[in-house]
Amino acid sequence: MSDCLVDVNDLTIGYYTQRKKLVHVLMGVNLQIKPGETLGLVGESGCGKSTLGQAMMGYLRSGSQVLGGSVFFGEHNVFSLNSKQLESIRGRQIALIPQNAGDSLTPTLRVGKQILEAIELNANLSGSEAKDRMIELLGQVRLPHPEVMGERYPHELSGGQQQRAVIAMALAAEPEMLILDEPTTGLDVTTQAHILNLLRDIVSEMGTAMMYISHDLGVIARVSDRVALMYAGEIIEDTDVVEMFRMPAHPYARGLLESIPRLSLSGIPNSMPGQPPIPGTEPGCSFAPRCKFTSDICISEQPELEAIQGTEHHVRCHNWEQVLATDFSQELEQVFRTISRAAHDESAIELSEVAITYYRPGITDRFRSESEPPATVSDITLSVKRGETLALVGESGSGKTTIVRTLAGLLPAKDGTIKFEDFDLSVEVDKRPREICKDIQLIFQNPDASLNPRQNVAEILDQPLKLYFPKMNRDERRDRQIELLERVRLDGRYRLRYPGQMSGGEKQRVAIARAFAADPEVVLCDEVTSALDVSVQAAVLDLLADLQQERHTTYIFIAHDLAVVKAIADRVAVLYQGRLCELGTVDEIYSPPFHPYTETLLGAILVPDPDHEPQLLASDTPELAPPATGCSFQRRCPYTLGEICEQEIPPWQKTASRGDHSIRCHISIEELKRMYKDKELIRLDHNEHLENEPQIVHANSNVSISSPEADDR
Amino acid sequence: MTTATQSAEITTTVKRRSPLAETWDNLRRSWAGMLGLTLIVVHILIAATSPYWVPQDPYQMSADNRNELPSAEHIFGTDKLGRDVFSRSMLGGRVTLVVTLIAIAIAILWGGLLGILLGLLNGRADELIMRLVDAMLSIPWLLLLLIIISVMGTEMWVQTLTFGFTYGILTIRVARAATLDFVTSEFVLSARARGERKRTIVMKELLPNVRDVLLVDGSMNWSWMLLGFTSLSFLGFGVAPPTPDWGFMIAKNREIMAIQPWSVFGPVIMLSTLIIGINLFSDAFAKALGLDRSQGAPV
Repeated sequence: MSDCLVDVNDLTIGYYTQRKKLVHVLMGVNLQIKPGETLGLVGESGCGKSTLGQAMMGYLRSGSQVLGGSVFFGEHNVFSLNSKQLESIRGRQIALIPQNAGDSLTPTLRVGKQILEAIELNANLSGSEAKDRMIELLGQVRLPHPEVMGERYPHELSGGQQQRAVIAMALAAEPEMLILDEPTTGLDVTTQAHILNLLRDIVSEMGTAMMYISHDLGVIARVSDRVALMYAGEIIEDTDVVEMFRMPAHPYARGLLESIPRLSLSGIPNSMPGQPPIPGTEPGCSFAPRCKFTSDICISEQPELEAIQGTEHHVRCHNWEQVLATDFSQELEQVFRTISRAAHDESAIELSEVAITYYRPGITDRFRSESEPPATVSDITLSVKRGETLALVGESGSGKTTIVRTLAGLLPAKDGTIKFEDFDLSVEVDKRPREICKDIQLIFQNPDASLNPRQNVAEILDQPLKLYFPKMNRDERRDRQIELLERVRLDGRYRLRYPGQMSGGEKQRVAIARAFAADPEVVLCDEVTSALDVSVQAAVLDLLADLQQERHTTYIFIAHDLAVVKAIADRVAVLYQGRLCELGTVDEIYSPPFHPYTETLLGAILVPDPDHEPQLLASDTPELAPPATGCSFQRRCPYTLGEICEQEIPPWQKTASRGDHSIRCHISIEELKRMYKDKELIRLDHNEHLENEPQIVHANSNVSISSPEADDR
Repeated sequence: MTTATQSAEITTTVKRRSPLAETWDNLRRSWAGMLGLTLIVVHILIAATSPYWVPQDPYQMSADNRNELPSAEHIFGTDKLGRDVFSRSMLGGRVTLVVTLIAIAIAILWGGLLGILLGLLNGRADELIMRLVDAMLSIPWLLLLLIIISVMGTEMWVQTLTFGFTYGILTIRVARAATLDFVTSEFVLSARARGERKRTIVMKELLPNVRDVLLVDGSMNWSWMLLGFTSLSFLGFGVAPPTPDWGFMIAKNREIMAIQPWSVFGPVIMLSTLIIGINLFSDAFAKALGLDRSQGAPV
């Protein structure tokens, strides 16, 4: 015990509701972290992982109280310390890195000044020593040109750079432990991969212990030495990272791992039925109602966290022997459901040379001779076939949301034509006839925001029904509502619920039902699963695939998660800065030859496999506006040819004589194929490359032309 | 951020209760809110029933009993003309309450709807009207009221419409600001993408979400409007004498304040209890609706 840095002992935390009812958040949690160890704490939303992370710093959310147990940090029982003593621990010995770095930096102070404050407070340095330390820290988190970076204000940094600055601040006092609460959630895949590499390096350089809280199993697999899995306020499995991903012993761990879409397996992953209970409400095992191994003992008796045959693998399950009897990798291959679709050859929507801009000249701008900035989205030519799923892929700012909003009629197209059944969709929604509106429906990323909190489900579904089917009477609409709810696998009684009374997955189902109420031809899905937990995501993907099979609906699917895209899409369009880079079927896109940007994206993916190491090709510096001439990817491209890439728009090249797979690059297809074969030779050293990254984010850059997508996350 | 508590609450609130009952429950828990509500209700009851039970005729002048200090007969004493201050204080809020209550309803209605519409349009009309609103607000409000009333006359309906109009201007800004929080939200985008008409978006999507803000803002404005109306009376542009009115009573009795302070205290106590009551209630009401000012933006 004494060699532990943090020792959480039987910790139970709960709060009283307004009606004086006790609700548990954590139930008898036991967890030890050794010095220098990285523990991944993983679980779905609501399982209590953030509460546990905060409890380790002696922090409780207002209203919550410790109902039992203790948290020791070194010698100190953190909940018996007074606020002075806590201050001497927080920041100096244990530091927190929160999810949204932008929120934890003061907007009116220069970044360097904020880090200086942390140094002066926690490291007892002052004057020029502190300044030197600040620059050293900024270099340590690999921010380019530390002296210059320190002089910037938080808004002049990108999301990834802000997160680096926050990490630098946390490292100011060389703490013994870092607690990271979802620090990369909301960042782009490439940025995320860079930050995780940085954290790994810091831990090995400084010997800092780390607790990494995340819902993303790919991230956990990348950073952790050991993984603790939480469910309904309890730790249900605690083991070495390899064991956790190769031989999970808890049925929930298996279910969770099976619900993640994978690059190595095709089809839609398995989804778990049901949802987690409130901690402490099940008499037996909290997972029993959803478990396929449930026996009598599971319902009557709570399992203990026990070690598997003297190993360090702990699991809270009565039937772990039975669970371990089946080999996990075999089980995994069987659960993926392949979908067969009959896509037609005729196209549903055809875009040709579409350009979209957010630039709206003001009255005074018209008299200036300045040229218009390049359009946010430009030169998009592609066709979507009836009944297929086309995925638009790219980082934030790639213009995918902009394109979808134009198709939905929320933004006009500046140039080009969008053909849908002989109608030109380049106009806004109020200029479209009602039948066209009816045929194109939109589903948003965040079901919390896309359902009106003041309407119940019946009213929500009534709106499209009233609008598109004015002849339906009240009873018919009611029947149709129930039918729609059943199609999205919800009970008809959900009609009377308000959004606040449903879980995230249920809300997203209602949003899907609303889109299908119009009986549309085309459904635009804007990151529909990225706000959901993985087990819910699998269920929603499954539902979307089923609905498509029934009606031959065409999907245009936006996602930043390339594994999700692989699971659901037929064809993929890769976008960078509003320009197409590569276009082809799923199989073509995920195998060489790649466009350099596609290769960068694929390299940065994190998969739930501890042996996988992401390949970082390009820097993660985001660009706010596309370049005026040449290839859109020129500034970050690892293989850039120089002048030709800066001057000329690259040509479309077909990769084979048959098929549609095309890549837009100055490098020839043969060369791209060859480069992929001996890629080890040309792969740039990651550190070296970061030093050369271009400086783009600037206060005076024209923010109005950046796409709204950056805010959407 | 509050992941743990959220999911727990989702499952517990499946038990359905109307939002109204929820708000009332929250309101009942605040003693300040209940005190405020009680004060308002008592005031309305007094205004409605006082003519039937006041101890003295409020219009009865008496040359013998001028400037009398409080006594058993005259609880607050008498004024310059020998009229009973207590009875007049009780009746003094009748006109004020009627005018301000109707006016506040008018203000919420026209200011609220126009504000929501402007927030939704967010274009040239919005720009133009908002600058007009700014221009109106730059005129001192008392001056604005005086100008309108001196042109239009001091009849009750003129005053009601004037107050409804001027306070509606304030409401436009509040409604527009509250609407802007929702206009870019995905449920409004979703309605727009469906091709819903502007009217449907305002009535079905926006109004239910802005309603709470409008109600709270209205109840806050009510107390300002009371002060405004009393100020006009004080200046002699309000209720025509001899009808008792707090503002006018304060203005007239001010001269004898040194001799008979209760002639001023009476109406002042009535006016301030009502305004304190409204403010206590508004604060608690906002909290009960979840629009706590200390907790930031309403959602």
